Amino acid sequence: MKDNASQTPAIELINVSRRFVSPTGKSLTALRDFNMVVEPGEFVAVVGPTGCGKSTTLNLVTGLARPSAGEVRLMGGPVNGIDPRVGFVFQTDALFPWRNVIDNVMAGPLFRGKSHAEATRSARDWLARVGLSRFEQHYPHQLSGGMRKRVSLAQTFINEPEILLMDEPFSALDVQTRTVMHEELLRLWAERKASVIFVTHDLEEAVALADKVYVLTAGPATVKSVYPINLPRPRVVADIRYEPRFIEYCRTIWEDLRDEVEMSYRRASQAA
Amino acid sequence: MTDTPLENIAPIFRAGTSDAEIEAAALKAIRRRKHAVLFWRLVILVGILGAWELAANRLWIDPFFYSSPSGIVMRLYEWITEGTAEGSLWFNLWVTMEEALIGFFAGSIAGVLVGIGLGRNQFLSDIFSVYIKAINSIPRVVLAPIFIMIMGLGLASKVALAFIMVFFVVFANAFQGVREADRNMIANARILGASNWQVTRTVIVPSAMSWIFASLHVSFGFAIIGAIVGEFVGARFGIGQLISIAKGTFDAAGMYAAIILVMLVTLLAEMIMTMIETRLAKWRPQQHTDMQ
Repeated sequence: MKDNASQTPAIELINVSRRFVSPTGKSLTALRDFNMVVEPGEFVAVVGPTGCGKSTTLNLVTGLARPSAGEVRLMGGPVNGIDPRVGFVFQTDALFPWRNVIDNVMAGPLFRGKSHAEATRSARDWLARVGLSRFEQHYPHQLSGGMRKRVSLAQTFINEPEILLMDEPFSALDVQTRTVMHEELLRLWAERKASVIFVTHDLEEAVALADKVYVLTAGPATVKSVYPINLPRPRVVADIRYEPRFIEYCRTIWEDLRDEVEMSYRRASQAA
Repeated sequence: MTDTPLENIAPIFRAGTSDAEIEAAALKAIRRRKHAVLFWRLVILVGILGAWELAANRLWIDPFFYSSPSGIVMRLYEWITEGTAEGSLWFNLWVTMEEALIGFFAGSIAGVLVGIGLGRNQFLSDIFSVYIKAINSIPRVVLAPIFIMIMGLGLASKVALAFIMVFFVVFANAFQGVREADRNMIANARILGASNWQVTRTVIVPSAMSWIFASLHVSFGFAIIGAIVGEFVGARFGIGQLISIAKGTFDAAGMYAAIILVMLVTLLAEMIMTMIETRLAKWRPQQHTDMQ
Protein backbone atom coordinates (compact mmCIF):
# COMPACT_ATOMS: atom_id res chain seq x y z
CA MET A 1 0.00 0.00 0.00
CA LYS A 2 2.99 2.33 0.36
CA ASP A 3 3.13 3.21 -3.33
CA ASN A 4 -0.43 4.52 -3.02
CA ALA A 5 0.51 7.00 -0.32
CA SER A 6 1.05 9.80 -2.84
CA GLN A 7 -2.46 9.35 -4.35
CA THR A 8 -5.58 10.99 -2.97
CA PRO A 9 -7.14 8.75 -0.34
CA ALA A 10 -10.35 6.93 -1.32
CA ILE A 11 -12.15 7.83 1.87
CA GLU A 12 -11.31 10.53 4.38
CA LEU A 13 -13.15 11.46 7.54
CA ILE A 14 -11.68 14.65 8.96
CA ASN A 15 -12.62 15.69 12.53
CA VAL A 16 -16.10 14.35 12.01
CA SER A 17 -18.75 14.56 14.71
CA ARG A 18 -22.25 13.27 14.52
CA ARG A 19 -24.97 14.23 16.97
CA PHE A 20 -28.49 12.90 17.06
CA VAL A 21 -31.20 15.14 18.46
CA SER A 22 -34.29 13.37 19.72
CA PRO A 23 -37.76 14.89 19.13
CA THR A 24 -37.75 16.00 22.79
CA GLY A 25 -34.58 17.96 22.17
CA LYS A 26 -32.03 15.74 23.91
CA SER A 27 -28.84 15.34 21.99
CA LEU A 28 -26.69 12.25 21.79
CA THR A 29 -23.19 12.27 20.39
CA ALA A 30 -22.36 9.15 18.41
CA LEU A 31 -19.06 10.27 16.88
CA ARG A 32 -16.59 12.83 18.17
CA ASP A 33 -13.51 14.20 16.40
CA PHE A 34 -13.33 11.14 14.25
CA ASN A 35 -10.44 10.82 11.81
CA MET A 36 -9.94 8.03 9.32
CA VAL A 37 -8.12 7.59 6.03
CA VAL A 38 -8.64 4.71 3.61
CA GLU A 39 -6.23 4.50 0.67
CA PRO A 40 -7.41 3.24 -2.73
CA GLY A 41 -7.61 -0.54 -2.69
CA GLU A 42 -7.11 -0.73 1.04
CA PHE A 43 -9.13 -3.03 3.30
CA VAL A 44 -9.84 -1.33 6.60
CA ALA A 45 -11.62 -3.03 9.47
CA VAL A 46 -13.25 -1.10 12.29
CA VAL A 47 -13.70 -2.76 15.67
CA GLY A 48 -15.21 -1.32 18.79
CA PRO A 49 -17.59 -2.07 21.61
CA THR A 50 -21.23 -2.69 20.78
CA GLY A 51 -23.29 0.40 20.07
CA CYS A 52 -20.32 2.78 20.03
CA GLY A 53 -21.22 4.34 16.69
CA LYS A 54 -19.47 2.07 14.20
CA SER A 55 -22.44 1.96 11.84
CA THR A 56 -22.80 5.73 12.01
CA THR A 57 -19.40 6.08 10.33
CA LEU A 58 -20.62 4.04 7.42
CA ASN A 59 -23.83 6.03 7.03
CA LEU A 60 -21.76 9.20 6.81
CA VAL A 61 -19.69 7.75 3.97
CA THR A 62 -22.79 6.61 2.01
CA GLY A 63 -24.35 10.05 2.25
CA LEU A 64 -27.44 8.64 3.97
CA ALA A 65 -26.45 10.80 6.95
CA ARG A 66 -24.54 14.07 7.19
CA PRO A 67 -21.86 14.91 9.71
CA SER A 68 -22.81 17.50 12.36
CA ALA A 69 -19.28 18.85 12.14
CA GLY A 70 -16.17 18.01 10.15
CA GLU A 71 -15.84 16.73 6.63
CA VAL A 72 -16.20 13.47 4.75
CA ARG A 73 -14.38 13.19 1.42
CA LEU A 74 -14.61 10.49 -1.22
CA MET A 75 -11.78 10.31 -3.78
CA GLY A 76 -10.85 13.85 -2.78
CA GLY A 77 -14.34 15.30 -3.32
CA PRO A 78 -17.07 16.13 -0.81
CA VAL A 79 -20.01 13.77 -0.25
CA ASN A 80 -23.20 15.08 -1.82
CA GLY A 81 -26.06 12.68 -1.37
CA ILE A 82 -25.66 9.04 -2.23
CA ASP A 83 -22.52 8.40 -4.24
CA PRO A 84 -22.84 5.92 -7.13
CA ARG A 85 -19.33 4.63 -6.46
CA VAL A 86 -20.40 3.27 -3.08
CA GLY A 87 -21.60 -0.25 -2.39
CA PHE A 88 -23.04 -1.36 0.95
CA VAL A 89 -23.54 -4.80 2.47
CA PHE A 90 -25.96 -4.80 5.38
CA GLN A 91 -25.93 -6.77 8.59
CA THR A 92 -29.51 -7.92 8.27
CA ASP A 93 -31.16 -9.22 5.17
CA ALA A 94 -31.77 -6.32 2.83
CA LEU A 95 -32.73 -8.40 -0.20
CA PHE A 96 -36.15 -7.79 -1.69
CA PRO A 97 -38.15 -10.84 -0.62
CA TRP A 98 -40.69 -10.46 -3.44
CA ARG A 99 -38.03 -10.73 -6.13
CA ASN A 100 -36.27 -13.91 -7.09
CA VAL A 101 -32.49 -14.19 -6.91
CA ILE A 102 -31.67 -12.92 -10.38
CA ASP A 103 -34.09 -10.00 -10.14
CA ASN A 104 -32.49 -9.05 -6.84
CA VAL A 105 -29.03 -9.04 -8.38
CA MET A 106 -30.26 -7.14 -11.45
CA ALA A 107 -31.80 -4.38 -9.34
CA GLY A 108 -28.70 -2.18 -9.20
CA PRO A 109 -27.97 -2.02 -12.94
CA LEU A 110 -31.69 -1.52 -13.71
CA PHE A 111 -31.94 1.33 -11.17
CA ARG A 112 -28.95 2.88 -12.88
CA GLY A 113 -30.61 2.78 -16.28
CA LYS A 114 -28.88 -0.18 -17.89
CA SER A 115 -30.93 -2.19 -20.40
CA HIS A 116 -32.72 -5.32 -19.26
CA ALA A 117 -30.58 -7.56 -21.47
CA GLU A 118 -27.37 -6.05 -20.21
CA ALA A 119 -28.50 -6.32 -16.58
CA THR A 120 -29.48 -9.97 -17.07
CA ARG A 121 -26.13 -10.75 -18.62
CA SER A 122 -24.08 -9.29 -15.82
CA ALA A 123 -26.41 -10.70 -13.14
CA ARG A 124 -25.87 -14.20 -14.58
CA ASP A 125 -22.15 -13.55 -14.57
CA TRP A 126 -22.14 -12.48 -10.91
CA LEU A 127 -24.37 -15.33 -9.83
CA ALA A 128 -21.89 -17.70 -11.44
CA ARG A 129 -19.05 -16.07 -9.53
CA VAL A 130 -20.78 -16.57 -6.19
CA GLY A 131 -21.79 -20.10 -7.21
CA LEU A 132 -25.55 -19.59 -7.30
CA SER A 133 -26.31 -20.09 -11.00
CA ARG A 134 -28.67 -22.93 -10.20
CA PHE A 135 -30.74 -20.73 -7.89
CA GLU A 136 -31.64 -17.89 -10.28
CA GLN A 137 -35.37 -18.48 -9.94
CA HIS A 138 -35.46 -19.07 -6.19
CA TYR A 139 -36.89 -16.55 -3.77
CA PRO A 140 -34.79 -15.39 -0.82
CA HIS A 141 -36.86 -17.30 1.73
CA GLN A 142 -35.99 -20.53 -0.08
CA LEU A 143 -32.25 -20.02 0.47
CA SER A 144 -30.02 -20.57 3.49
CA GLY A 145 -28.50 -17.63 5.37
CA GLY A 146 -25.13 -18.12 3.69
CA MET A 147 -26.68 -18.25 0.23
CA ARG A 148 -28.68 -15.10 0.90
CA LYS A 149 -25.45 -13.38 1.89
CA ARG A 150 -23.89 -14.46 -1.40
CA VAL A 151 -26.84 -12.94 -3.24
CA SER A 152 -26.28 -9.73 -1.27
CA LEU A 153 -22.61 -9.75 -2.26
CA ALA A 154 -23.50 -10.29 -5.93
CA GLN A 155 -26.16 -7.54 -5.66
CA THR A 156 -23.55 -5.12 -4.31
CA PHE A 157 -20.59 -6.14 -6.47
CA ILE A 158 -22.54 -6.01 -9.74
CA ASN A 159 -22.42 -2.20 -9.52
CA GLU A 160 -18.63 -2.50 -9.35
CA PRO A 161 -18.29 -0.17 -6.36
CA GLU A 162 -14.94 1.54 -5.88
CA ILE A 163 -15.85 1.98 -2.24
CA LEU A 164 -17.27 -0.96 -0.39
CA LEU A 165 -18.86 -0.53 3.02
CA MET A 166 -19.78 -3.54 5.09
CA ASP A 167 -21.71 -3.34 8.34
CA GLU A 168 -21.13 -6.56 10.30
CA PRO A 169 -22.18 -8.43 7.17
CA PHE A 170 -21.50 -11.93 8.44
CA SER A 171 -22.47 -11.60 12.09
CA ALA A 172 -25.73 -13.50 11.64
CA LEU A 173 -24.04 -16.53 10.06
CA ASP A 174 -22.77 -19.62 11.86
CA VAL A 175 -19.02 -19.95 12.32
CA GLN A 176 -18.32 -22.37 9.47
CA THR A 177 -20.38 -20.43 6.94
CA ARG A 178 -18.71 -17.25 8.10
CA THR A 179 -15.25 -18.62 7.29
CA VAL A 180 -16.44 -19.67 3.84
CA MET A 181 -17.88 -16.21 3.29
CA HIS A 182 -14.56 -14.62 4.34
CA GLU A 183 -12.76 -16.56 1.63
CA GLU A 184 -15.45 -15.63 -0.86
CA LEU A 185 -15.25 -11.95 0.04
CA LEU A 186 -11.44 -11.83 -0.22
CA ARG A 187 -11.58 -13.59 -3.58
CA LEU A 188 -14.15 -11.15 -5.01
CA TRP A 189 -12.35 -8.18 -3.51
CA ALA A 190 -8.96 -9.24 -4.91
CA GLU A 191 -10.37 -9.14 -8.46
CA ARG A 192 -11.09 -5.44 -8.41
CA LYS A 193 -9.55 -4.08 -5.20
CA ALA A 194 -12.23 -1.71 -3.98
CA SER A 195 -11.46 0.38 -0.92
CA VAL A 196 -13.23 -1.30 1.95
CA ILE A 197 -14.47 -0.27 5.38
CA PHE A 198 -15.54 -3.41 7.19
CA VAL A 199 -17.28 -2.84 10.52
CA THR A 200 -17.30 -5.77 12.90
CA HIS A 201 -17.25 -6.61 16.58
CA ASP A 202 -15.28 -9.78 15.85
CA LEU A 203 -11.61 -9.01 16.29
CA GLU A 204 -10.35 -12.18 14.60
CA GLU A 205 -12.49 -11.45 11.57
CA ALA A 206 -11.00 -7.96 11.43
CA VAL A 207 -7.39 -9.19 11.63
CA ALA A 208 -7.96 -12.00 9.14
CA LEU A 209 -9.42 -9.72 6.46
CA ALA A 210 -7.94 -6.27 6.83
CA ASP A 211 -4.82 -4.31 5.97
CA LYS A 212 -5.48 -1.90 8.81
CA VAL A 213 -7.59 -2.26 11.96
CA TYR A 214 -9.12 0.79 13.63
CA VAL A 215 -10.01 0.43 17.30
CA LEU A 216 -12.76 2.76 18.45
CA THR A 217 -13.47 3.99 21.96
CA ALA A 218 -16.72 3.37 23.79
CA GLY A 219 -19.31 5.93 22.62
CA PRO A 220 -19.09 8.73 21.68
CA ALA A 221 -16.75 6.95 19.33
CA THR A 222 -13.43 8.30 18.35
CA VAL A 223 -10.36 6.49 17.04
CA LYS A 224 -8.34 4.98 19.86
CA SER A 225 -5.59 3.39 17.80
CA VAL A 226 -4.78 2.05 14.34
CA TYR A 227 -2.94 -1.22 13.70
CA PRO A 228 -1.49 -2.12 10.32
CA ILE A 229 -1.79 -5.87 9.68
CA ASN A 230 1.19 -7.11 7.72
CA LEU A 231 0.03 -10.60 6.89
CA PRO A 232 0.78 -11.71 3.31
CA ARG A 233 -2.01 -11.94 0.73
CA PRO A 234 -3.68 -13.98 -0.65
CA ARG A 235 -4.76 -15.16 2.77
CA VAL A 236 -6.45 -18.45 3.56
CA VAL A 237 -8.79 -17.39 6.32
CA ALA A 238 -9.41 -20.93 7.57
CA ASP A 239 -5.69 -21.45 8.23
CA ILE A 240 -4.47 -18.00 9.07
CA ARG A 241 -5.96 -18.05 12.55
CA TYR A 242 -3.38 -20.66 13.66
CA GLU A 243 -0.37 -18.60 12.60
CA PRO A 244 1.65 -17.12 15.46
CA ARG A 245 1.69 -13.63 13.94
CA PHE A 246 -2.07 -13.65 13.60
CA ILE A 247 -2.44 -14.63 17.24
CA GLU A 248 0.07 -11.96 18.22
CA TYR A 249 -1.93 -9.27 16.38
CA CYS A 250 -5.15 -10.40 17.98
CA ARG A 251 -3.63 -10.35 21.45
CA THR A 252 -2.13 -6.87 21.03
CA ILE A 253 -5.33 -5.37 19.69
CA TRP A 254 -7.48 -7.13 22.25
CA GLU A 255 -5.41 -5.62 25.09
CA ASP A 256 -6.30 -2.25 23.64
CA LEU A 257 -9.94 -3.01 22.90
CA ARG A 258 -10.70 -4.69 26.23
CA ASP A 259 -10.76 -1.45 28.26
CA GLU A 260 -13.33 0.03 25.89
CA VAL A 261 -15.49 -3.06 25.87
CA GLU A 262 -15.43 -3.17 29.66
CA MET A 263 -16.28 0.51 29.92
CA SER A 264 -19.17 0.15 27.49
CA TYR A 265 -20.41 -2.88 29.40
CA ARG A 266 -20.18 -1.04 32.73
CA ARG A 267 -22.15 1.88 31.31
CA ALA A 268 -24.82 -0.37 29.88
CA SER A 269 -25.30 -2.17 33.18
CA GLN A 270 -25.42 1.14 35.07
CA ALA A 271 -28.05 2.45 32.71
CA ALA A 272 -30.14 -0.69 33.14
CA MET B 1 -54.02 -44.05 17.65
CA THR B 2 -57.50 -43.90 19.08
CA ASP B 3 -56.36 -45.08 22.48
CA THR B 4 -53.96 -42.17 22.94
CA PRO B 5 -55.26 -38.71 23.78
CA LEU B 6 -52.43 -37.02 21.84
CA GLU B 7 -53.78 -37.34 18.33
CA ASN B 8 -51.31 -34.94 16.76
CA ILE B 9 -48.28 -37.04 17.54
CA ALA B 10 -47.03 -38.80 14.41
CA PRO B 11 -47.45 -42.54 14.47
CA ILE B 12 -44.36 -44.52 15.35
CA PHE B 13 -43.30 -46.84 12.58
CA ARG B 14 -41.40 -50.09 12.94
CA ALA B 15 -37.72 -49.77 12.10
CA GLY B 16 -37.13 -50.45 8.42
CA THR B 17 -40.37 -48.87 7.18
CA SER B 18 -39.55 -47.26 3.84
CA ASP B 19 -40.05 -43.54 3.13
CA ALA B 20 -42.68 -44.38 0.53
CA GLU B 21 -44.73 -46.24 3.10
CA ILE B 22 -44.48 -43.40 5.61
CA GLU B 23 -45.47 -40.88 2.93
CA ALA B 24 -48.40 -43.03 1.84
CA ALA B 25 -49.58 -43.30 5.42
CA ALA B 26 -49.24 -39.54 5.91
CA LEU B 27 -51.13 -38.80 2.69
CA LYS B 28 -53.88 -41.12 3.80
CA ALA B 29 -54.09 -39.41 7.18
CA ILE B 30 -54.27 -35.99 5.49
CA ARG B 31 -57.05 -37.18 3.19
CA ARG B 32 -58.94 -38.72 6.07
CA ARG B 33 -58.73 -35.48 8.01
CA LYS B 34 -59.99 -33.47 5.02
CA HIS B 35 -62.96 -35.72 4.67
CA ALA B 36 -63.70 -35.50 8.37
CA VAL B 37 -63.66 -31.69 8.23
CA LEU B 38 -65.97 -31.67 5.23
CA PHE B 39 -68.28 -34.18 6.86
CA TRP B 40 -68.68 -32.14 10.04
CA ARG B 41 -69.22 -28.95 8.07
CA LEU B 42 -72.10 -30.61 6.22
CA VAL B 43 -73.48 -32.08 9.45
CA ILE B 44 -73.60 -28.62 11.04
CA LEU B 45 -75.22 -27.04 7.97
CA VAL B 46 -77.86 -29.74 7.61
CA GLY B 47 -78.41 -29.78 11.37
CA ILE B 48 -79.04 -26.07 11.66
CA LEU B 49 -81.23 -25.84 8.56
CA GLY B 50 -83.11 -28.96 9.60
CA ALA B 51 -83.70 -27.67 13.13
CA TRP B 52 -84.91 -24.35 11.72
CA GLU B 53 -87.27 -26.04 9.29
CA LEU B 54 -88.57 -28.37 11.94
CA ALA B 55 -89.05 -25.61 14.51
CA ALA B 56 -90.93 -23.47 11.99
CA ASN B 57 -92.99 -26.45 10.91
CA ARG B 58 -93.98 -27.36 14.44
CA LEU B 59 -94.59 -23.68 15.30
CA TRP B 60 -91.93 -23.71 18.05
CA ILE B 61 -90.93 -20.44 16.44
CA ASP B 62 -93.32 -18.18 14.60
CA PRO B 63 -92.71 -18.64 10.83
CA PHE B 64 -94.27 -15.22 10.30
CA PHE B 65 -91.13 -13.65 11.80
CA TYR B 66 -88.55 -16.36 11.35
CA SER B 67 -89.69 -17.88 8.05
CA SER B 68 -88.17 -21.28 7.23
CA PRO B 69 -85.48 -22.59 4.89
CA SER B 70 -88.07 -24.00 2.51
CA GLY B 71 -89.94 -20.68 2.52
CA ILE B 72 -86.73 -18.81 1.70
CA VAL B 73 -85.90 -21.20 -1.14
CA MET B 74 -89.43 -20.78 -2.48
CA ARG B 75 -89.13 -17.01 -2.36
CA LEU B 76 -85.77 -17.11 -4.14
CA TYR B 77 -87.24 -19.41 -6.78
CA GLU B 78 -90.17 -17.09 -7.22
CA TRP B 79 -87.88 -14.06 -7.55
CA ILE B 80 -85.76 -15.84 -10.08
CA THR B 81 -88.64 -17.12 -12.23
CA GLU B 82 -91.21 -14.35 -11.87
CA GLY B 83 -89.15 -11.37 -10.79
CA THR B 84 -89.60 -9.21 -7.70
CA ALA B 85 -92.04 -6.45 -6.91
CA GLU B 86 -89.45 -4.02 -8.30
CA GLY B 87 -88.65 -5.81 -11.55
CA SER B 88 -86.25 -8.62 -12.32
CA LEU B 89 -84.11 -9.97 -9.50
CA TRP B 90 -80.98 -9.83 -11.62
CA PHE B 91 -81.54 -6.19 -12.34
CA ASN B 92 -81.87 -5.40 -8.65
CA LEU B 93 -78.80 -7.45 -7.85
CA TRP B 94 -76.89 -5.71 -10.60
CA VAL B 95 -77.86 -2.27 -9.28
CA THR B 96 -76.45 -3.09 -5.87
CA MET B 97 -73.34 -4.69 -7.34
CA GLU B 98 -72.71 -1.73 -9.59
CA GLU B 99 -72.87 0.64 -6.64
CA ALA B 100 -70.67 -1.57 -4.52
CA LEU B 101 -68.10 -2.31 -7.23
CA ILE B 102 -67.67 1.29 -8.35
CA GLY B 103 -67.39 2.38 -4.71
CA PHE B 104 -64.99 -0.45 -3.97
CA PHE B 105 -62.62 0.20 -6.85
CA ALA B 106 -62.69 3.97 -6.55
CA GLY B 107 -62.34 3.79 -2.77
CA SER B 108 -59.48 1.31 -2.77
CA ILE B 109 -57.55 3.07 -5.54
CA ALA B 110 -57.92 6.39 -3.76
CA GLY B 111 -57.08 4.77 -0.42
CA VAL B 112 -53.91 3.20 -1.80
CA LEU B 113 -52.78 6.39 -3.52
CA VAL B 114 -53.42 8.68 -0.56
CA GLY B 115 -52.04 6.09 1.88
CA ILE B 116 -48.80 5.73 -0.02
CA GLY B 117 -48.57 9.47 -0.64
CA LEU B 118 -48.97 10.41 3.01
CA GLY B 119 -46.92 7.43 4.13
CA ARG B 120 -43.98 8.67 2.07
CA ASN B 121 -44.30 12.28 3.18
CA GLN B 122 -43.86 12.84 6.89
CA PHE B 123 -44.74 16.53 6.75
CA LEU B 124 -48.04 16.06 4.91
CA SER B 125 -48.96 13.14 7.13
CA ASP B 126 -48.29 15.23 10.27
CA ILE B 127 -50.63 17.90 8.92
CA PHE B 128 -53.44 15.65 7.72
CA SER B 129 -53.37 12.90 10.35
CA VAL B 130 -55.55 14.88 12.75
CA TYR B 131 -58.24 15.47 10.12
CA ILE B 132 -58.19 11.89 8.98
CA LYS B 133 -58.57 10.72 12.56
CA ALA B 134 -61.48 13.11 13.04
CA ILE B 135 -63.34 12.01 9.90
CA ASN B 136 -62.53 8.40 10.65
CA SER B 137 -64.31 8.63 13.98
CA ILE B 138 -67.60 9.49 12.28
CA PRO B 139 -69.65 6.31 11.91
CA ARG B 140 -69.87 6.23 8.12
CA VAL B 141 -73.49 5.17 7.84
CA VAL B 142 -74.72 8.46 9.30
CA LEU B 143 -73.50 10.06 6.09
CA ALA B 144 -76.08 8.12 4.07
CA PRO B 145 -78.94 10.64 4.49
CA ILE B 146 -76.62 13.53 3.62
CA PHE B 147 -75.35 11.84 0.47
CA ILE B 148 -78.89 11.01 -0.59
CA MET B 149 -79.99 14.55 0.04
CA ILE B 150 -77.13 15.92 -2.03
CA MET B 151 -76.89 13.32 -4.78
CA GLY B 152 -80.40 11.98 -5.05
CA LEU B 153 -81.86 8.48 -5.04
CA GLY B 154 -79.73 7.16 -7.91
CA LEU B 155 -76.35 5.55 -8.26
CA ALA B 156 -74.15 8.43 -7.13
CA SER B 157 -75.23 8.57 -3.49
CA LYS B 158 -74.64 4.82 -2.93
CA VAL B 159 -71.30 4.91 -4.69
CA ALA B 160 -70.29 7.81 -2.46
CA LEU B 161 -71.25 5.89 0.65
CA ALA B 162 -69.48 2.70 -0.49
CA PHE B 163 -66.47 4.82 -1.41
CA ILE B 164 -66.20 6.46 1.97
CA MET B 165 -66.59 3.11 3.76
CA VAL B 166 -63.82 1.53 1.69
CA PHE B 167 -61.48 4.48 1.50
CA PHE B 168 -60.59 4.75 5.17
CA VAL B 169 -59.93 1.06 5.68
CA VAL B 170 -57.67 0.82 2.65
CA PHE B 171 -56.03 4.14 3.37
CA ALA B 172 -55.18 3.19 6.96
CA ASN B 173 -53.64 -0.10 5.86
CA ALA B 174 -51.72 1.32 2.93
CA PHE B 175 -50.36 4.05 5.19
CA GLN B 176 -49.32 1.55 7.85
CA GLY B 177 -47.84 -0.74 5.21
CA VAL B 178 -45.66 2.10 3.93
CA ARG B 179 -44.55 2.92 7.45
CA GLU B 180 -43.63 -0.68 8.14
CA ALA B 181 -41.40 -0.96 5.07
CA ASP B 182 -37.98 -2.12 6.14
CA ARG B 183 -35.52 0.79 6.66
CA ASN B 184 -32.57 -1.32 5.55
CA MET B 185 -34.32 -2.42 2.41
CA ILE B 186 -35.01 1.19 1.48
CA ALA B 187 -31.41 2.16 2.22
CA ASN B 188 -30.23 -0.80 0.17
CA ALA B 189 -32.34 0.25 -2.83
CA ARG B 190 -31.13 3.83 -2.58
CA ILE B 191 -27.47 2.83 -2.43
CA LEU B 192 -27.98 0.45 -5.34
CA GLY B 193 -29.01 3.54 -7.27
CA ALA B 194 -32.80 3.79 -6.99
CA SER B 195 -34.45 7.18 -7.40
CA ASN B 196 -37.25 8.18 -5.03
CA TRP B 197 -39.86 6.97 -7.47
CA GLN B 198 -38.02 3.67 -7.99
CA VAL B 199 -37.86 3.17 -4.22
CA THR B 200 -41.61 3.69 -4.02
CA ARG B 201 -42.30 1.34 -6.89
CA THR B 202 -39.89 -1.47 -6.07
CA VAL B 203 -39.75 -1.40 -2.27
CA ILE B 204 -42.59 0.58 -0.72
CA VAL B 205 -45.51 -0.67 -2.80
CA PRO B 206 -44.58 -4.36 -2.71
CA SER B 207 -44.00 -4.32 1.03
CA ALA B 208 -47.28 -2.49 1.64
CA MET B 209 -49.06 -4.98 -0.61
CA SER B 210 -49.84 -7.58 2.04
CA TRP B 211 -51.30 -4.85 4.27
CA ILE B 212 -53.36 -3.51 1.39
CA PHE B 213 -54.68 -6.94 0.48
CA ALA B 214 -55.67 -7.62 4.05
CA SER B 215 -57.79 -4.47 3.93
CA LEU B 216 -59.30 -5.28 0.52
CA HIS B 217 -60.75 -8.49 1.93
CA VAL B 218 -62.68 -6.57 4.55
CA SER B 219 -63.49 -3.60 2.43
CA PHE B 220 -65.47 -5.39 -0.25
CA GLY B 221 -67.87 -6.28 2.53
CA PHE B 222 -67.86 -2.61 3.53
CA ALA B 223 -68.67 -1.54 -0.01
CA ILE B 224 -71.72 -3.83 0.04
CA ILE B 225 -72.73 -2.39 3.40
CA GLY B 226 -72.41 1.10 1.98
CA ALA B 227 -74.55 0.27 -1.04
CA ILE B 228 -77.24 -1.50 0.96
CA VAL B 229 -77.48 1.07 3.73
CA GLY B 230 -77.75 3.71 1.04
CA GLU B 231 -80.61 1.77 -0.49
CA PHE B 232 -82.34 1.44 2.87
CA VAL B 233 -82.33 5.16 3.27
CA GLY B 234 -83.65 5.86 -0.18
CA ALA B 235 -83.54 4.11 -3.55
CA ARG B 236 -85.67 2.86 -6.36
CA PHE B 237 -83.93 -0.48 -7.01
CA GLY B 238 -81.40 -2.77 -5.40
CA ILE B 239 -81.13 -5.53 -2.84
CA GLY B 240 -81.37 -3.05 0.01
CA GLN B 241 -84.58 -1.76 -1.49
CA LEU B 242 -85.91 -5.34 -1.76
CA ILE B 243 -85.16 -5.88 1.93
CA SER B 244 -86.81 -2.59 2.72
CA ILE B 245 -89.95 -3.56 0.77
CA ALA B 246 -89.99 -7.03 2.34
CA LYS B 247 -89.83 -5.36 5.75
CA GLY B 248 -92.73 -3.10 4.81
CA THR B 249 -94.89 -6.07 3.84
CA PHE B 250 -93.78 -8.26 6.78
CA ASP B 251 -92.28 -10.68 4.27
CA ALA B 252 -89.69 -12.49 6.42
CA ALA B 253 -88.77 -14.97 3.69
CA GLY B 254 -88.03 -12.10 1.34
CA MET B 255 -85.64 -10.49 3.81
CA TYR B 256 -83.76 -13.72 4.41
CA ALA B 257 -83.65 -14.46 0.68
CA ALA B 258 -82.06 -11.07 0.01
CA ILE B 259 -79.56 -11.61 2.81
CA ILE B 260 -78.55 -14.96 1.35
CA LEU B 261 -78.06 -13.42 -2.08
CA VAL B 262 -75.74 -10.79 -0.67
CA MET B 263 -73.88 -13.43 1.30
CA LEU B 264 -73.27 -15.53 -1.81
CA VAL B 265 -72.06 -12.58 -3.83
CA THR B 266 -69.67 -11.45 -1.10
CA LEU B 267 -68.30 -14.97 -0.71
CA LEU B 268 -67.69 -15.12 -4.45
CA ALA B 269 -65.85 -11.80 -4.39
CA GLU B 270 -63.79 -13.00 -1.45
CA MET B 271 -62.80 -16.12 -3.37
CA ILE B 272 -61.74 -14.13 -6.41
CA MET B 273 -59.68 -11.83 -4.20
CA THR B 274 -57.93 -14.73 -2.47
CA MET B 275 -57.07 -16.19 -5.86
CA ILE B 276 -55.51 -12.94 -7.05
CA GLU B 277 -53.62 -12.55 -3.80
CA THR B 278 -52.18 -16.06 -3.94
CA ARG B 279 -50.89 -15.38 -7.44
CA LEU B 280 -49.30 -12.07 -6.45
CA ALA B 281 -47.77 -13.38 -3.26
CA LYS B 282 -45.90 -16.36 -4.60
CA TRP B 283 -42.68 -14.98 -3.10
CA ARG B 284 -43.96 -15.49 0.42
CA PRO B 285 -42.87 -18.53 2.38
CA GLN B 286 -45.29 -21.44 1.97
CA GLN B 287 -47.18 -21.99 5.16
CA HIS B 288 -47.69 -25.57 6.17
CA THR B 289 -51.33 -25.23 7.06
CA ASP B 290 -53.94 -27.91 6.97
CA MET B 291 -56.80 -25.62 6.05
CA GLN B 292 -59.09 -27.02 3.37
